[in-house]
Amino acid sequence: MKSRTAFKIGLGLVASVLAMSATAQTVKIGFISTYSGPMASLGEEMERAVKLYMKLNGDKLPAGVKVELVARDDGGPNPDKGKQLAQELIVRDHVNFLAGVVWTPSAIAIAPLVTEAKVPFIVMNAGGSVITTLSPYIVRTSFTLWQAAYPMGQWAAKKYKRAYIAVSDFAPGHDSEAAFEKGFVTGGGEIVGRVRMPVSNPDFIPFMQRAKDAKPDIVFSFIPGGVQSTQIMKAFGDLGLAKAGVKFVGTGDIVSDEELPNMGDAPLGAVTAHHYSTAGDRPANKAFLAAWHKEYGAKATPNFLSVASYDGMDAIYTAIREQNGKIDPDQTIAILKNYKNPNSPRGPIAIDPETRDIIQNEYIRETRRVNGEMANVEIETIPDAKDYWKVFNGKK
Amino acid sequence: MRHNGSYSASPRIGLIEWLPWLLGVAAFFYLPEYLSLGARILVYILYALSVDLVVGYAGIVTLGHSAFFGLGAYAAGILSAKVGVTDPMLQMLVAIASCALLGAATGALILRTRGLTLLMLTLAIAAILLEVANKATSITGGADGLSGITVAPIFGLFRFDLFGKTAYWMCLVVLFICWWITRRIIYSPFGASLVGIRENHVRMASIGSPVSMRLLTAYTLSAMLAGVAGALLTQTNQFVGLNVLSFESAGELLVMLILGGVGRIYGAFVGPIVYMIAQDQLAKQFPEYWSLGIGVLLVAIVLFARGGLLGIVDLVVAHAKRGKSAFAGKEAP
Amino acid sequence: MQELIASLVSVAFHGTAYGMILYVISVGLSVTMGLMGFANLAHGVFAMAGGYLLTTAMDSWGVPFPLALVISFVLVALGSVVLERLLYARLYSAGELAQVLFTIGLIFIATAVARLIYGTLQQPVHLPEYMKGQFSLLGRDFPTYRVFIILFGAALVSALWFGVERTRFGAMVRAAVDNRAMAQSVGIDTQMLFMATFALGSGLAGLGGALGAEIIAIQPSYPFEHLIYFLIVVAVGGLGSLRGPFVAALVIGIADTACKYWVPEFGAFLIYVATILLLLWRPAGLFGRQA
Repeated sequence: MKSRTAFKIGLGLVASVLAMSATAQTVKIGFISTYSGPMASLGEEMERAVKLYMKLNGDKLPAGVKVELVARDDGGPNPDKGKQLAQELIVRDHVNFLAGVVWTPSAIAIAPLVTEAKVPFIVMNAGGSVITTLSPYIVRTSFTLWQAAYPMGQWAAKKYKRAYIAVSDFAPGHDSEAAFEKGFVTGGGEIVGRVRMPVSNPDFIPFMQRAKDAKPDIVFSFIPGGVQSTQIMKAFGDLGLAKAGVKFVGTGDIVSDEELPNMGDAPLGAVTAHHYSTAGDRPANKAFLAAWHKEYGAKATPNFLSVASYDGMDAIYTAIREQNGKIDPDQTIAILKNYKNPNSPRGPIAIDPETRDIIQNEYIRETRRVNGEMANVEIETIPDAKDYWKVFNGKK
Repeated sequence: MRHNGSYSASPRIGLIEWLPWLLGVAAFFYLPEYLSLGARILVYILYALSVDLVVGYAGIVTLGHSAFFGLGAYAAGILSAKVGVTDPMLQMLVAIASCALLGAATGALILRTRGLTLLMLTLAIAAILLEVANKATSITGGADGLSGITVAPIFGLFRFDLFGKTAYWMCLVVLFICWWITRRIIYSPFGASLVGIRENHVRMASIGSPVSMRLLTAYTLSAMLAGVAGALLTQTNQFVGLNVLSFESAGELLVMLILGGVGRIYGAFVGPIVYMIAQDQLAKQFPEYWSLGIGVLLVAIVLFARGGLLGIVDLVVAHAKRGKSAFAGKEAP
Repeated sequence: MQELIASLVSVAFHGTAYGMILYVISVGLSVTMGLMGFANLAHGVFAMAGGYLLTTAMDSWGVPFPLALVISFVLVALGSVVLERLLYARLYSAGELAQVLFTIGLIFIATAVARLIYGTLQQPVHLPEYMKGQFSLLGRDFPTYRVFIILFGAALVSALWFGVERTRFGAMVRAAVDNRAMAQSVGIDTQMLFMATFALGSGLAGLGGALGAEIIAIQPSYPFEHLIYFLIVVAVGGLGSLRGPFVAALVIGIADTACKYWVPEFGAFLIYVATILLLLWRPAGLFGRQA
């Protein structure tokens, strides 16, 4: 009996929602990110970048075309939730683009949906190599872990012999483990031990202790950025690995720019490979940082997720402009395949027309104290890095 | 209206009991954009029904039923993604069989215990499955979840589509069958003896009822129902994540059940419908207040309205009847 | 050989530190469950509250670390008394299902309130300088803070044992655990006793949460995420005893660390299997009274 009443309420709510969704010349972007849970800082970095881009570049849209952002929260690495949100954005909100997505598992889960619904999907963070191969409608503006971890391995092999690998136990972690190992071992290094750590809320101490007891020259690590980077740094410092002569290397995630001020002296001397550092000495980066500080205050720091989202929005705006606001999925992908930006805050970037993945500079950086503040200083550049996984495995 | 399990109490299906099914069919035609939500609701109704059978009827307080829901989901998913069996009926059968095995095996071990120990054992079994799913990445996908699941068209005719049309029908039909079976069980002498055990297991044992066998049967049947629900979820989403096995989702399911009303079949219908529609509409706008509201509601129900929404309806109806008869009494000359 | 000893020392050390935290948090749960027979799944809420209070006291009120620990204990204990009188007390005679659902409701509320006040990010703990760095012993370095946890935990255990075995209050608690009706009939005010024990147990949980904030990260899903470990400690140790949870907490702390150290690919799998086997063998736990 009560079920009828409940259903009436449901029907009423549904009707009111349907009435609201009438649209004119509006391009809708469904944006999925992480706003809650232990990883909530990641979503904020991304959304701030997206909103900043929209605010600064409203005049770059064709006359009469408006862009509407429909943001959804997946609460962390929950691929089932991510998939459900994507499905609702497509079926109910009729979005023209899907964008965002922090987590590789979510992007993988969403892939079949965008193929079936023909919705261009701009990946703005998730860095598992396999993602772009899963649907012809996926374009990535962020990075892949192979892009960072492979050159890191090559670089490390020139100076060190024994490495210990500690990565988060999910697809990006496995990618970075494989990539680093390939670079390091082909360069003549030896892997003396490895561990895969839980993705959420781990206590890093036992894992770092194990790494220390294996007596390596270096520890290589990947963890999903944000707050966790501070925790793993703390564990590294508390156990005195640096004092024992062990060097910390990794992808840039272990020294996330916005977290550096919370880490104390622990990250001094850490060497990482990544595509973006706020310390990058480029005019475009200076302008980006200035705009960011003006909008969000001098203390706010963008990071690699922000830059990828900022560039991702530029790609979307380019596609909107070239189609004059009338979005055709296949044409959009054709346009995005040839997207280039010689002046991104991270240096020149382009989409690889073969793989729809990003080509960009990778930088080897060392964490140093510059003018009293910690910074990831770029010491070497590897130009035009592709996703090495696709290069080695002939994937498209 | 909470029937006390006496099997003489109207095993025939009343007129009003057809209403949910009519609404279910109507929703298909009137809410085409909400079918995948609808399918999920139907899955959770089935899951709640299975929990109601053990918690509400047999009085086994378990926190670990997600073990069976998750096993069903993973069984169907692994069969499709790793073994290549895409037929939905076959996936369902394997899910049921594996849950029956796990249910019977664990039930035989743990149902001897009571109280905290039983609670702990159910929790630990679910935790083990979660840990296995998390660590056996080559089979389950681990934290990445299990993707690449394909489900062949049902009977080779109906393809699982983006809008969830097929999934919705599939869930509705399967739920109907499971509801019918569950209803039969509850109104049978077996169902009556379960209620007896819940109320006083010592007395039931002393009048010669095979208590542990009855409990084990109920537990296993319920595990199978949960497995069906899990398999349906996999086929609807074509994806399995670790979430199906988490303690939080098991807790959420209990919330839905208590919201509708425990031990009264239709509580398992009302709870998920109200909860999930409200969640769909409200949780996005007010995520913090959403779980606050759920918590307060749960505490309030436990303190003041143990029978859930249906219990409140019962009270209101009873009150109205009393009022009416009092009125009628006055009218009489 | 030397390497093996080095690993054994590492595991024993970190495991003991973790076990101490588990003990301080869970001992209250064991006593209140044994005393009142209340299935309190929301015990982790008190631990989480302690952790949040510690970080707030230190960062916002500028309170030094030792005093902040005291504040966590006292405030959580006081808050728990309010909850006990207003809500818990109504459900002492209710069934297990009602208690389970009620306390799950409390977890939902606590999670939401934590999110509203502190957001969803994990709270960083800014330890004082003297707690940072390493402590050298026999040629090995140990993180100073974890050494402190072990010493503090050991002191607390001794104090608790003394309190329960040697004081009048302890004797009353033991009497009430053994036979509530009898205790009542010899003139023990059990209601008062319940309240005091509940406050003490919850306060200890708050203290444990604060002390362990470095190890068990303080964030809103804390009460859900770590519940199973607290319950394992209580169930394995046995209800209503002080010794049981202590042994259980140390064993679980060390076993968990050992698993992470040597067989990380198994995660907590082995712990859960061991728990099930143990409970099937001794349903009332290691030190509980077997039915």
